[in-house]
Amino acid sequence: MKKSHIIALVVIAAAVGVILSTTGDASSYVTFDQAFQMASSGNSKSLHVVGELKKDPSGQVIGIEKSSDNLSFTFILVDEKKKEQLVYHNEPIPPDFMRSEKVVVIGHYEADFFLAEKILLKCPSKYQDNTLKTAMVNP
Amino acid sequence: MHYLIGDLGHFFVLLAAVSAAYTFFIYLKASRLPEGLERTHWLVNGRVGFYVHSAALIGVIVALFGIIYNHYFEYHYAYSHSSRHLPVYYMISCFWEGQEGSFLLWMFWQAILGIILIRTQKEWEAPVMSIFSLVQAFLASMIMGVVIPGLELKLGSSPFILLRDALPDPIFQTNPDFIPADGNGLNPLLQNYWMVIHPPTLFLGFAATLVPFSFCLAGLYYGKFTEWVKPALPWSLFGGAVLGIGILMGGYWAYETLSFGGYWNWDPVENAVYVPWLILIASIHTLMLYKSKQRGLRLSVILVISVFILILYSTFLTRSGILGDASVHSFTDLGLSGQLLVYLLVFTVGAIALTVWRWKHLPATQKELETYTSDFWIFMGTATLCLMGFQVLIPTSFPVINKVAGLFGISSSMAPPADQVGFYSRLQLWFAVGVALLSGIAQFFWWGRSKKENALKPMLMPALISALVTVILVNAYSIYRVDFAALMLSGVFIVISSGQVLYSIWRKNPMITGGSITHVGVGLMLIGILFSSGYSKVVSLNNSGLLISKSASTEFNRDNLLLFINEPRTMAGYEIEFRGERVLSNESGVYLRKSEIELTDDPYKLVALENIIRNEKTIHVQGDTIDINPENTYYEIELRREGKLAARLFPRVQMNPSMGMLSSPDITRGFSRDLYTHVSASISANEKEEVEWSKPEEVTVKIGEQFFVNDYVAVIEKVQPVTSISGFELDSDDVAAEATVRIQGEYETYVAKPVFLIRDTSGEAAVGYLPKEISDLGIRLTLTNIQPKEETFTLTLNTRQKDWVIIKAMEKPFINILWLGTGLLSIGFVVAMVRRFREFSQKG
Repeated sequence: MKKSHIIALVVIAAAVGVILSTTGDASSYVTFDQAFQMASSGNSKSLHVVGELKKDPSGQVIGIEKSSDNLSFTFILVDEKKKEQLVYHNEPIPPDFMRSEKVVVIGHYEADFFLAEKILLKCPSKYQDNTLKTAMVNP
Repeated sequence: MHYLIGDLGHFFVLLAAVSAAYTFFIYLKASRLPEGLERTHWLVNGRVGFYVHSAALIGVIVALFGIIYNHYFEYHYAYSHSSRHLPVYYMISCFWEGQEGSFLLWMFWQAILGIILIRTQKEWEAPVMSIFSLVQAFLASMIMGVVIPGLELKLGSSPFILLRDALPDPIFQTNPDFIPADGNGLNPLLQNYWMVIHPPTLFLGFAATLVPFSFCLAGLYYGKFTEWVKPALPWSLFGGAVLGIGILMGGYWAYETLSFGGYWNWDPVENAVYVPWLILIASIHTLMLYKSKQRGLRLSVILVISVFILILYSTFLTRSGILGDASVHSFTDLGLSGQLLVYLLVFTVGAIALTVWRWKHLPATQKELETYTSDFWIFMGTATLCLMGFQVLIPTSFPVINKVAGLFGISSSMAPPADQVGFYSRLQLWFAVGVALLSGIAQFFWWGRSKKENALKPMLMPALISALVTVILVNAYSIYRVDFAALMLSGVFIVISSGQVLYSIWRKNPMITGGSITHVGVGLMLIGILFSSGYSKVVSLNNSGLLISKSASTEFNRDNLLLFINEPRTMAGYEIEFRGERVLSNESGVYLRKSEIELTDDPYKLVALENIIRNEKTIHVQGDTIDINPENTYYEIELRREGKLAARLFPRVQMNPSMGMLSSPDITRGFSRDLYTHVSASISANEKEEVEWSKPEEVTVKIGEQFFVNDYVAVIEKVQPVTSISGFELDSDDVAAEATVRIQGEYETYVAKPVFLIRDTSGEAAVGYLPKEISDLGIRLTLTNIQPKEETFTLTLNTRQKDWVIIKAMEKPFINILWLGTGLLSIGFVVAMVRRFREFSQKG
């Protein structure tokens, strides 16, 4: 067997190893119930949960509470299965938090609340903004 | 309405697409003809076609820029990417903020490179240019904006589309000629000088990868299986240099502008250019190996083709909208995914088919690969680079894998790793260690210092010195982690061994030192990355955690620090103090206090209330009009060490109407470490929250009598009638009295001028108040009554929470070593490139 073939085999083996380790480390998109089950069974892996902020019938966001020093906050996230969950985030409220359409929390359960290590916001960006600034009419 | 410029532009787009397709067929025909008069005729035809195509592209660019420059907001592109307040150099950035413009930029570079190739590559012109033209035709189709009748198939998205056709707003039904007064403006994060040059650099790099790819395919097609390497190599080096510099510019921009706290975030968009670059570097090494040792041609073919396919793949990832939630800064979906996929597949399938067809003809060395040759070590290094790219490629492709699995009915919900940086760094670090050690070793064999008989001898000294240096550094900086120490060792080893090579070959011929300069740069970069990322430290850390849930007593450390105005705190050996909000004067670059300036009706202009003096120099005279950007607020943060001023930081917050709050850091640079500070939240950026004022408190005082407000000493200096008030219109019968109240703050004296107003409305006197707020002190003063007999005045005082800001500060040790390494890397590439181009032109 030639040395170049051995190298090729080693590379292929390494590539397979990379695939296995990568998929092993991958997080996944789950619901709160699934995340809770995983946490109860001792799996503290970080998971992605997609949801929306809880709103009252008039569309106002409710359930956000800041710590007294503004450095952290809790909020209620409703996941795609409509389950409401208290989420804690150890950072100040992100600027566009209130107007986000969708919130992705990445983290895990700590007892009865979800600890979000990271929050991704999907905001109505200006590109999708289909309204014109018609107030400034320029005939 | 300016229809002409848009119609012209659209015409040029169509001309560019058609002429590119035409040129493709002409050159294809020419490439199949034998040398002779007929071929020459076809070549001339092709050349004309490509020049027409290039001229059309220039036409498109001029038209689009004209629309942006002249603020023709009836066009969607100008409306959504530009605004009246943008300076010209940012209008250039608007140009490529949108997908269509960036496609144009890409085509522009390819047209330039194509013209250079036409003029320099007589022998290769026909096949190379036919591939170029095909690529151009595909790219031009992305911005065509034509609906194929009958099929209802929309091809491309035109940058010349009118606003009324792009946005279905009801106003266009009543007034089809409606033109908005101003555009949406450029994404404020892109209003940065790096964003003027980073995208063109990156796209020039993209364009450059097409050259070796075209030579390679032409070689395969023609049966010139080995000859293509020589003209391709300098272009690969050019691509490696430009793409590398482009990527690092992006990293530097992120470091300066974004607030995620670093230069690299392993975001899918970053990964999408990082992977092709790694493979490009690998291909440069195998091409050089083939050129000097006639070995590794097959691998070179695979790598050169892979680079271009990966560029196409990354284009597909970032522009098809497939990344969706996974990335913060991919382009929006323009509905081009189908077209992009066709583009990707045509070239992938075509290139693979051609390679398979010609595979057997590609000369392969039968010689056994010897361990004691540079060939072996370069192959090992190449393999490591490829694996390094592969590890990044897989998770970046998760959204694609989920989609494809979905097509086969398998539900896949793989998400990118939660801790992206940790996930990638863990393995990338070991790959980097491997690449550094292998390339360090390979150099000794390459330059013939190591032979089979004495392989280890020349390496011994550098290895020992590296080990010694590493031991010293590891102990000096307490790098007690196996992986970090290994990275340090490999970084030091490649610096020392390449440095030694550099020293000895420099004396022989400085022209051939490109490789070793680049390798020294790589080593320095690794060391810089190790320190700045591995030992990046949050210095605003505090543990004022609170109980968040009754059932869990978890306390968390806080990365952020709350600062009230003029209240010093300690942080990482500094005394840190928030000194107030500032605005930046556009012309003088001086940060202005709010007490020094007055707002005007135009939000972009301010008036100086007093002479503004900095360092004993008068910057603005009282009454001067000062241009500012009203979206920006700067927070002056003072750092003191043992009572002495160490640094004054001005992190910025932009409040953009459509993007919300955007925070950019300010960086205190030092040789051994950068201190990086950004604002996480502030009282003024919390627009959603109403400021809570205390219950009003009344004081009745005489002129000159002291009183306290929010614990500050205050005094009414005078009260006098006024006839005009800025920002308020007085009637001729109004009686207005303005009090001048002086308040002694911690650092400066503030003056507030509340006004008491009596207006005669149909025979009855009405009283009005114009209160004044001193935001630094959190005070509002209202003159609510005047008692002429007692000569006293009644002021109503409201106080609120003082101004505050929440900051996050990080230390980045030795980040300058990274930038230094980057510089060397670029210089090395340029040296190598110049050498290979000369080699080509001398013997070519």
